This record gives sequence, C-alpha cells and structure tokens, in this order.
Amino acid sequence: MSPINPNGDDLVMITSNPMSTQGDPLNLQTVQGKLAKAKGPAFWRSLDELSATEGFQDFLHREFPRQAGEWLDDEGRRNFLKIMGASLALAGLGACTKQPTEYIMPYVEEPEKLIAGKPLFYATAFPVNGIANPVLVETHEFRPTKVEGNPEHPASLGAADVPTQASVLGLYDPDRLQTVNYLGEIRSYSSFLLAFVQLLEKQRSQKQGAGIRILTQTVTSPTLYAQLQDVLKLYPGAKWYQWEATGHGRRMGSQLAFGQFLNATYKFDKADVVVSIDANFLANGPGGVRYARDFAAKRIVRDGKRTQSRFYVVETTPTSTGAKADHRHSIVPSHVAGFVHNLAAALSGGAPSSSAPVPPAAQAFFNALVADLQANKGKSIVIAGDDQSPEVHAVVHYINQLLGNNGETVILTASLEQKPVDQFAEIQSLVSDLNSGQVDALMILGGNPVYDAPASLNLRGAIQLAKQRIRLGLYDDETSEVCQWLIPENHAFEFWSDAPAYDGTVTIIQPLIAPLYGGKSAHDLLVAFTETPEKTSHALVRDYWKTKHTGADFDAWWNRAIHDGFIKDSASAAVKAEAKLVPASAASTSGSGTYDVSFHVDPYVLDGRYANNTWLQELPRPITRLTWDNAVVVSAATAKALDVDDEDRVEISVNGKTVWGSIWRVPGQPDGSLGLSLGFGRTRSGRAGNGAGFDANLIRTIANPYYASGATVKKLGEKFRLAAVQHHFAMEDRDPVIAGTLAEFIADANFAQKKSETAPKGLTILPQTWEYKGYAWGMAIDLTACSGCNACVVACQAENNIAVTGKEQVLNTREMHWIRIDRYFSGSEDNPDSYFQPVACQQCENAPCEVVCPVAATSHDAEGLNNMVYNRCIGTRYCSNNCPYKVRRFNFLLDTDWETESIKMQRNPDVTVRSRGVMEKCTYCVQRINYAKIMAEKEDRRVTDGEIVPACQSTCPSDAIAFGDLNDPKSRVSAWKREPTDYSLLGELNTRPRTTYLADIRNPNPALSTTKGVS
Amino acid sequence: MSQIFKSSTNSLARTSLIVTVVVLGGLGGALYELIADSSYATRQGEAREQPIPFSHAHHAGSMGIDCRYCHTGVENSQHAMVPPTKTCMNCHSQIWINSSTLQPVRDSFQTNESIRWTKVNDLPDYVYFNHSIHVKKGVGCETCHGRVDTMPLMYQHASLEMKWCLDCHRNPEKYVRPRELVTKMGYEPAEPQDELGPKLVKEYNIQKLETCWTCHR
Repeated sequence: MSPINPNGDDLVMITSNPMSTQGDPLNLQTVQGKLAKAKGPAFWRSLDELSATEGFQDFLHREFPRQAGEWLDDEGRRNFLKIMGASLALAGLGACTKQPTEYIMPYVEEPEKLIAGKPLFYATAFPVNGIANPVLVETHEFRPTKVEGNPEHPASLGAADVPTQASVLGLYDPDRLQTVNYLGEIRSYSSFLLAFVQLLEKQRSQKQGAGIRILTQTVTSPTLYAQLQDVLKLYPGAKWYQWEATGHGRRMGSQLAFGQFLNATYKFDKADVVVSIDANFLANGPGGVRYARDFAAKRIVRDGKRTQSRFYVVETTPTSTGAKADHRHSIVPSHVAGFVHNLAAALSGGAPSSSAPVPPAAQAFFNALVADLQANKGKSIVIAGDDQSPEVHAVVHYINQLLGNNGETVILTASLEQKPVDQFAEIQSLVSDLNSGQVDALMILGGNPVYDAPASLNLRGAIQLAKQRIRLGLYDDETSEVCQWLIPENHAFEFWSDAPAYDGTVTIIQPLIAPLYGGKSAHDLLVAFTETPEKTSHALVRDYWKTKHTGADFDAWWNRAIHDGFIKDSASAAVKAEAKLVPASAASTSGSGTYDVSFHVDPYVLDGRYANNTWLQELPRPITRLTWDNAVVVSAATAKALDVDDEDRVEISVNGKTVWGSIWRVPGQPDGSLGLSLGFGRTRSGRAGNGAGFDANLIRTIANPYYASGATVKKLGEKFRLAAVQHHFAMEDRDPVIAGTLAEFIADANFAQKKSETAPKGLTILPQTWEYKGYAWGMAIDLTACSGCNACVVACQAENNIAVTGKEQVLNTREMHWIRIDRYFSGSEDNPDSYFQPVACQQCENAPCEVVCPVAATSHDAEGLNNMVYNRCIGTRYCSNNCPYKVRRFNFLLDTDWETESIKMQRNPDVTVRSRGVMEKCTYCVQRINYAKIMAEKEDRRVTDGEIVPACQSTCPSDAIAFGDLNDPKSRVSAWKREPTDYSLLGELNTRPRTTYLADIRNPNPALSTTKGVS
Repeated sequence: MSQIFKSSTNSLARTSLIVTVVVLGGLGGALYELIADSSYATRQGEAREQPIPFSHAHHAGSMGIDCRYCHTGVENSQHAMVPPTKTCMNCHSQIWINSSTLQPVRDSFQTNESIRWTKVNDLPDYVYFNHSIHVKKGVGCETCHGRVDTMPLMYQHASLEMKWCLDCHRNPEKYVRPRELVTKMGYEPAEPQDELGPKLVKEYNIQKLETCWTCHR
C-alpha cells in the first residue's frame, strides 16, 4: 500500500528539494523501481535520495555543498579581500612579533585536594522534571566543564542523556537573568527581602496569608516539601500549586487505573517482548538512561548470545525509540486509545471495540502482537509515552496486570512526587484565584508557565491581576515579563537540594560553583518566610536528612552520601496495587477539519526549558534531522493531499486558534496527522532560542493537551527554510549500514562480513611504514545497541570545545559536530524501517586525508591515530575532499566565541580552542589517551583496558561503543572486533579504518512479513 | 647610428630582474629566519619584571631550598605550579617580616588577592606540556630551565622552539639523568653521558615520541 499513489495509476509529481531552489520531480515509478531492484535492504536518507533528484546528486558530489565554500555576503567579501591583501603583504612581519605576556595568578591559600592542572570530579545530579539525573561533574580549578554519568548510581551507570550533557552550557549561558530586578530596575537581594518581609507581615497579621499563592514546578525534593509545609503552617491561608507541562498523562494515568498515584519503573533487562505505545523511553523521561542500557542488554548479540527481545512500537510520530522497532505501526493520535482498549480486550479474551475496531491494515500486526504478548506473560512490558493521555496510561497499566507483568518486569512504587496532584486542575484553580482578585502576592518559583501552559487558559493576563508578582527564574523570560520582582535562579550546579532518581533513589544535589550571578534557589526564597530567613540551603538539606537518619554516625553517613551523590539502597519499595479497566471515553473533535494534530515534547529542549541552549538547538533531531526549528511533520501522502512540499509554510487552525509552521515530510508519520514539537517559538528565551520554530502551545487546550482532531491546514504559498542535516556529508551509493535479522544471523553468523568487502592487507601503493608495536587504539560501535539518541554528539561537543555555528551556517553545511548520527530508512515510504549509524573520524590505517595534506598538518602516528594539528593547518581542505567518510569539519568562519567571558569558563583546558581557517575532526579524545598514558608511565605499567574512555563512549546510555587497545587481545574492543557481525565502513576502499561497526540485528516476528535483512 | 645596447642586453636585463627577485627573496627569507629564531622573538634570556623581585639565586642557590618545596605540582601534574602566597608566608611570617620588598606578599595574604606573576616560560596555547612525566623520566629541571640557582631574576633559559623540544625527544640519551638528581643544579654525570644516557633510556623505558599529538591536540 503506497500512500503516495494508492491506485497505482498516473505518475505522481511531488516537487521537493531542500538543497536547491528549483524543484525536481519525484517519480513514483522510479522510487518503486528502485526499491524493487534493491538487493536486501536498500538504504536511503530521504525521499529525495530515494528518487535521486538532480539537486540531490549535485549536493552529493561536492565535498561541501555549493554555498559552503562561497562567500555569500558581498560587502564582506570585498572587505575580506582587502584585509587578505594587507595580511599577505605583512605576513613576513609575523616573525617580528613576540608572544604576548601572560600572567600567573596562584591561589593565596591552596584549596584542599586541588592540584592545578588535574581535574576533580564531584557527584551531584541534574534534575529534569524533578527527577534526578545523577552525574559526576568534571571541574578544572573548580570550574565545571563537563558532565559524566555517575557510574555507581543505578539510574545512570555512568551514562547521561542529551539534556544532562548539555547542562553545563546552561550554567554559563550569558543570557541568564543576572540581577535582582524590580520593575526593570536593578535592586539588591536585601532590598527585596525588606519589601518581602513587610508584605508577609501584612499578610500574616491581616488574613493568615490568604492572599499568598506559591506556584512551583513538580516538587520531588523532600527538603523543599518540608519547607513548603512549614510555610503553609505559618500562613494557613496561603495556597501552593504545582505546574509542569509534561508528565501529566503518566501521573494521572496511575491515579485513574489504581485509584492512587503510583510510579512505575520497568525492568527491560527481563522483558522478552516490549511494546511501546508512543513512548520514547530510550531517549527521554525518567529512567531513560537506565532503560536504554537494560533494553540494549536484551538486544545485543555479542559474546555468543543469540537471543533478542522483540520490540513492537505503536507511534503517532516517528521517534528514535520507534526506529529501533522490529515492527512499527504508525497510528493517528485519535486512534491510540482505541488501539490500547482493543489490545486489552484481546488479551482478556473479550470482544474488540465496535466503535473503533482495529483497521484491516493493522490486523496482522495486532494479531502478532497479541500472540507474542500472550506467549510471554510476566516477561513482557507495555509502556505508554509521556505524550499520551491518562486514559491510555491507565489501560496500559491494566494490560500489564493482565499479562502478569506487575511485580515482574513492571515495578510499582509510591509516587516520586511529594504531593502528586492533577496539575491541570491546579493551574486552573490558580487562574480562577487570580481572576477573582484573591491574590495579593504570587510567587512563581522556577518554570515558565506563561509560555508552557496551554494558551486557552490565558495565564499571561490572569497573572497580572495579582498585586505583587515575585518570580524566581533562570531567565528574563515570558513569565518574568509579567512579574515585578525578578530574582535570578540558581542553576542546578549552584545549589544544594535533593531529588529522587527514577526509581526513588535519594540523590543529593551539591553546588559545584558559587552562584555566578548571586542567584537564589527555591529553598532560599521559601526560608525567607520563616523565622530563620538567613538559613542556607546547605543547612536546610543537611538538617532535613539529620531528622531522617537514625544512626549516631550522621556526619560520616552524610559525607558518604555527598561523596557518592546518593544514598545507597534508598530506592522506593515495591507496592502491590490492583488496576481497573477504565471505560473508553468518547473521542473529542475540536474543529471542522480532517487532520489530527499531535503534540510532542522535543527530545532536547523538552517543553522549552532548554530553548536557549545552543548545543541543544543545533543538535539534529534523531529522525527529522532538523536543527534550530520545529516543523509540521507530515507523511508524503499528506503533503501531496495538501499540495505542499518541504519548507512550505502552512497555517494550522484548530480549537479556534491558529499557528503557522513549515512542512517537513518524514516517512513513518501516519497519514492525516501532523506532528508538532513543543518547546519552540519562544519569544523571551534569550538570543539562541528566540525565534527558533513556532509555538505549538498556541493551539493546545487544557481539555485535550495531547492531540487535537479536526484541524484545518492552509497553504500559505511561501517558504521558510529549515536547517536539516539529513543530506550533509552523505556517502554516495554505498550501503553503510549492514542489517539483518536474528534468524539470518543464526543461519549464517558471517553474513555481515560477506556483505562488506575488505581488501587484503598490503594491497596498496602507499608505503606500509607503520608497525604498531605499542598501543593500537581502535573503536567498535554496536549498531544493534545504538538508539540514535545523540548524547554522544553533545558529549563530544562539550569535551572537545566544538563550536556552534547557527542556523544560517547549518544551512550551508558548516555545522561542526565531530560525530554525526546518520539515519537511514529502508523499505516502504509510508512506514520504513530506520537505522542509526554514528560516524566520526574512522582513524584509517591507510588514511586518504594524510597523503594529500601539503603541509603535513594531518599525519599518522605510532598508535594508528590520524593526528590533526591545528597550528599547522593552512586550510586547503584537501583532506576533507579526499575523505570518503566526510568526517572532517572546517572552520569556515570564526564560530568559536572568543568574546563571552562566561562561555570561556566551560572550555576544556586540555583541548585547543580552534580559530577560523583550520580543519578539525574526531581525535578519539586524544587528551584522555595522553592523560592515561602519562598516568600509566608514571606508575611503570601499561594502560589497562577501560582506563581510557572517550567522551562518546562514556555517555552512551545503551553502551554501544567500545574503545581500547587492539594489540591487547583481551581488551573489550578486541573482543567486539572478533564478533562475526563486525565490518568496516566502506571497507572496499581499503582505508583500513580503526573504527568498525557491528551489524544491526533485528528480531522480526516470522509471522509478519518484513523487509529487514537480506531477501 | 649604431644601437646603444647590444641585443644581448635584453637577456641581461631579464636575468638581472630574476636575480634581483631571487636575491631579495633570499635575503628576506634569511632575515625572517634570523628574526624568528632570534632571542628577540623567542624572549630567550630576557629577565622579566615581577611584582616582587623574587630571587631563585637566593632561595634555590644560597638557601638550598629544593625546587619541589614551592613547585609542588611538578611530580603530579602538567603544571609545576607557582606556589600560593601561603607558601611564601610559611617562612616570611617569621623572617623579613618588615621588609618593604615583601609588602605585596603580605598584602596578598591579608586581602586574599593573588599575586600577579609574569609568566617566564610561556608555551603557546596549542602546546600541551606535562611536567610530571618529564621529571619521572629523568629530565632535570636544569635541562630546560638552566641554572636557576644563579638567576637573581628568572629568565627563560631555552628558546622553547619546537626544534629545541624535538632535539631531546629524538635524542633523549643526550640529556637524561638519574631520577634522584632531577632537581640538582650544576649536575655532572658520574659516568660519561654517552654511556649513562642509553642505559637510563632503557631503564626508564623512555620512548622517542615525535608524533604530533604527543604535544598538540
């Protein structure tokens, strides 16, 4: 069934070409012909590549696209030539210059344990939605520079996700709110306290605080909750509300199913069948990092393991988690509830729903799914996503109970929230309090409700009805705009607090740096209500835990907890609860149109809270490959029906509101549904986030915040460019990914190596001068495990001082990431299989780059690395031109920020900060290699296996990367490379890359036809 | 009238043009090389002004204080480390307590503000040098920093050019000394260096690291 042309009659023309302005026709017959001819899975990146449009070919054949090497700004070009002329003439004078004088500023008294030049690591946590992401933060002379996962913490096991990796840039964001403000004037914190205490006095004496409203994000911190209780005791009339845009479905779903708020955690390492109902659990949400590790453990086929779990995905928009599916079913959002009800009915032997039966096209998928689940009772997991309604979550809880999974693979515990409530009701209560004029003082502690609350509430107007509006915030953002007192909020690396991890493990948050801008935390502001307004947050957190720890050895216990970053064995205890089946609710329609609109939290900037983080804005989304914008994600068939092409602006009207966005066609999006990401269209996020994308909250309502039905879509007849990287650095007409099924693999373990060619050693005209007698560094990447989350890309960016280039330059293929995660499609255009492949410098033994450099700025070394020397590079770009993997990145412009002081503090002092005109690329984190080698040499030993962990491997949630010494047969990487699935990327070129890949093995259900593997 | 210039003058004129260019270019190049390698450009031997005229000749020379009393990082870290004010005050809270020369030290200690020393041995930011491994491998302080014990004001002993680094990286046996003697000033090898050197290179497992990423990254 083709969505483009279901009848197969005349040719369908879809003009599409993101690379050039003129459109080339995409010919359906070409596409289908190409697919039919292909042997095994044919891989393609986009519909353009599939139809081999002229524009795509042109794009491919250039080292960088046409515009990348050109100077587009005419005025600037003239100036540049003038300056270049002068520089050439004066070049000789360079010899007459001296190095500028530099200074050394030693400590007056050296801090304990510090050895200048050696990093120190501190355990803390980065809380997202109140859930702790446990981390170790690398600090250089007490400047946090890099985040690693906390290897001892059960929620991390050493890995960290994308927002956590990028958190360190958020700390140094120059756009942060830096001063206490009152009506736009800079004030001191003490003047705020003075005004605040007067206000409190009045409230207490006159109305017991009845005019006070406190709005927080979801409170999970036990200390903060205790403080709030104290405040509410002192001011019995005051009210405390919680609001956060995400997590509602999960929270209310458990209430709906069990009659109480519970937290579910999942044991993916025990599940043989996993069903995701729109859950992006490998990338986002509580426990994502641990789940990715556990899930991968069941999927990998290394060390003689020849079993895999089976993974079914039902999705309303393509996600990176869905890309790992063995079978994926795309579904319009309004049918999800019906689907899970049908699933529940089928599993309990009941009759399917008559109002929303399983569509015939999905029947085979549905039957196979039911059969697999029934055969794996107690060994399966059904998990619902954060973008799904409480009803779907409740039914999924019921399904897990039917399957006997609860207590086995699904562990129910008490809620992690201190006071779980219906936050949609809470925000509505606040709005009605405000509208009725009851509120004398509103304190907004963190969050950004004016932006992320559904527009239908009109919170912006309501807030202004409060007489005193006090706002603690990281930024002068949309919410700050309507508040009078602005107090700069501390970043998570600047305060003391505590938070549970996904499983309830108590995690202590300690500051790593004194507040950069004299900020305050919610703890500091709440303590101002009490009789001890000067009490520090350190004392608050410590004193709280003193009341909880019964032993006499509190100091030792507490120091241990801070050192480890968490309290050992403090995970929440499992509880037993009975789920009931909730009846199906009637589907609601909010417009007269025919399209569904689904709302999704962006995997990186989340609900918009990290919109000003340039690393996150420029990080390509796993499936859409978009940077700097969100888009209206549609299927090719929907685009055809709407008569729109990529980057066409459309107007979406639903719920009586309108928003515009740019079309982006993504294979795998269900027909008739538009996928919109939340978190964009910020107006006051700071310089990076302002104007990035459009705000989907504008058409979101409190009644149905998950999707809207009946939307109308109007073509506006104009384009809005989207900076997608999906064609950048493409390797033409080659099958970079090797994939197969588990059955194929068991039948022929060496199938991957048969599909890849590797020239015999010595078959080269290049002199073979290198013997690798000492170490021989190598890397292996397991494509079965890789979940395409991009955490490695941002970890690499943090570790290696990689510049951000901005949307304009991404459009010119000038992004600087050393790793790119290629995403390939295979199979049908409407619901293809997806594959990920992280590609960084392959460190070839016969490196094409080395032989063409005229100044030997890139050269081989005795350990097999391709050294790139910035101070030698003169920027000919020959190396990049000659690189078949397209992994070299050239500094076309001065993208590195040499001006902003706060950003300089983030830089890794062990890596050169590059300037304009030099080439750069992955180094295997040579700074870490050298550090380990020096440590080993000083102890007269060899570097042990596992001592060197590159930044990408270190953060990888699914543990898909191994690095080490190939000369050591016992090393982990050597073992991986002995796997029969190991193959070299473009091995036929005889580059002998040091990075190799383990083929992507999937486990499709034999009962279902599939395109995976060799046909 | 006969021609003033013979026809061969044409070739002469052309040749002289080329010769001029070559000679001028050569001179320019030679000048460039001379200046680039000169102590003027490298600042070799140039004593630098410091906020306090600290004398290594006095402290390390006459007093005989070991290098590592102050430069505590030299065996552990990439940086040898300029000592914190506290290190100065260990002695100078007892001796020379009224010296006006030491006023900046006392000020620093009282105000908790760092003393701003001028960097003497300053490598470019793209060079990553690690003190600890050189000390461990038997490279004496003196080998790079010269007779510090005779320097009233610190100056840069070596050119610190890459070829200077490479000389030792290529021929470590010429410079290596027993580990116990790395801080000794005025070291003389107990046996001829051409015998001792190769022996120590073997004993200390000294590698000839000449690849770019040894120092640049």
